[in-house]
Amino acid sequence: MAPYPITHHLTDDLLMSYAAGTLPEAFALVAASHVSLCDECRARLGAYEALGGAVLDTEAEAMTDDALERGLAACLSRLDRPAPVQRPAMRQGPLPGPLADWIGGGLETVRWRPLGMGVRQAILPTSRRATARLLHIPAGVAVPDHGHRGTELTLVLQGAFRDETARFGPGDVEVAGQELDHQPVAEPGVDCICLAATDAPLRFNALLPRLLQPLFRI
Amino acid sequence: MTAQTAPFQICRAAPLRRRYAAAAEGQTAQERAAVTATEPDLAALMTAVRDRQDRAAFAALFRHFAPRIKGFLIKSGTEAALAEECAQDVMATLWHKAHLYDPARAGVATWVFTIARNRRIDLARRDRRPEPEDLPWMQDGTEPDQAELFEAAEENRRLAQALADLPEKQRALVQRAFWGDRSHSELAAETGLPLGTIKSRLRLALDRLRTRMS
Repeated sequence: MAPYPITHHLTDDLLMSYAAGTLPEAFALVAASHVSLCDECRARLGAYEALGGAVLDTEAEAMTDDALERGLAACLSRLDRPAPVQRPAMRQGPLPGPLADWIGGGLETVRWRPLGMGVRQAILPTSRRATARLLHIPAGVAVPDHGHRGTELTLVLQGAFRDETARFGPGDVEVAGQELDHQPVAEPGVDCICLAATDAPLRFNALLPRLLQPLFRI
Repeated sequence: MTAQTAPFQICRAAPLRRRYAAAAEGQTAQERAAVTATEPDLAALMTAVRDRQDRAAFAALFRHFAPRIKGFLIKSGTEAALAEECAQDVMATLWHKAHLYDPARAGVATWVFTIARNRRIDLARRDRRPEPEDLPWMQDGTEPDQAELFEAAEENRRLAQALADLPEKQRALVQRAFWGDRSHSELAAETGLPLGTIKSRLRLALDRLRTRMS
């Protein structure tokens, strides 16, 4: 069973887009990681994929019998070739399988860069439509107060943080839009590790982080 | 976001976490009949492919799905000849992954859709797709019971009907959301509709489907 009581889930919009295969890599990485931890969202994703199946099944492109049989013969002749082997995504400590796969190992392979106040980040390579980063926030430390120009998804992998809206623990995902200004604070106890993805630069409210923003590509 | 209800109950977590023995002992008369039936029972055909590498059953699945996969890929912007070739790739993948097929987990059309979608993502070379972890299979080796399978098939049939019964504008938008290699904001740019309209129309469509499925 899922190890965590997850209370903050992916939105319908995100799950439908992930099912349709139209999310930028950074967002798809958050979606795949959350679904790996959350049975409820796995079931909801299944429902959207079923809808995709219904869409596919209802409309066919006319093919002549001849074309169909030629295609079938070509396909049958390939069936005995060895299939490409796919390694299933394996969880590595607090990293869900798809994330561990993406970075090519566990937390020990992450190359952290200091962001100040003990906060560290590692930017993950993704397509340019959105960016993804791992954040390590020491227990009890606050991330600078910021707003959003686009959508920011934050998935908690270890520890927990609170902001003006709620508490987010392991497996929870916060979906922040343009309306949200928040200051996440890591809970005391365990350091908080998150996967964050955003499709637009954040808007920092204090002068210092704003000056440093281009440097850190936040 | 707080917890939301599933859009419609096609999949449940509990049946998802059950393991089914990959090799069934023989097949039922029903399954045998389905292979030659005029209206093929897709799940029975797929089970025959999974359990006995049955090429006649595979051929029946190919005749059903190849034109649909081709249509799906053309609608997402693939040129016709390439779409036909890719439909063969998708069906070959279906064959090679047949051992993973679990009729209680997803309908055959759903499964074909996910393979076709992944082929389309590869073709576009824009964004790779990280996949969720597989479910840890429980080691009880139980077969899905017939009532459960019947219910799963019935739900898929009702969903297809509910989709067909949507008002034209809503259905068209749902189709495009799944066909295209387009995000919702790209759909907005393409249709000239504001993003808010796209999102609320999709929400209306999903609400309607949800009502029909409940």
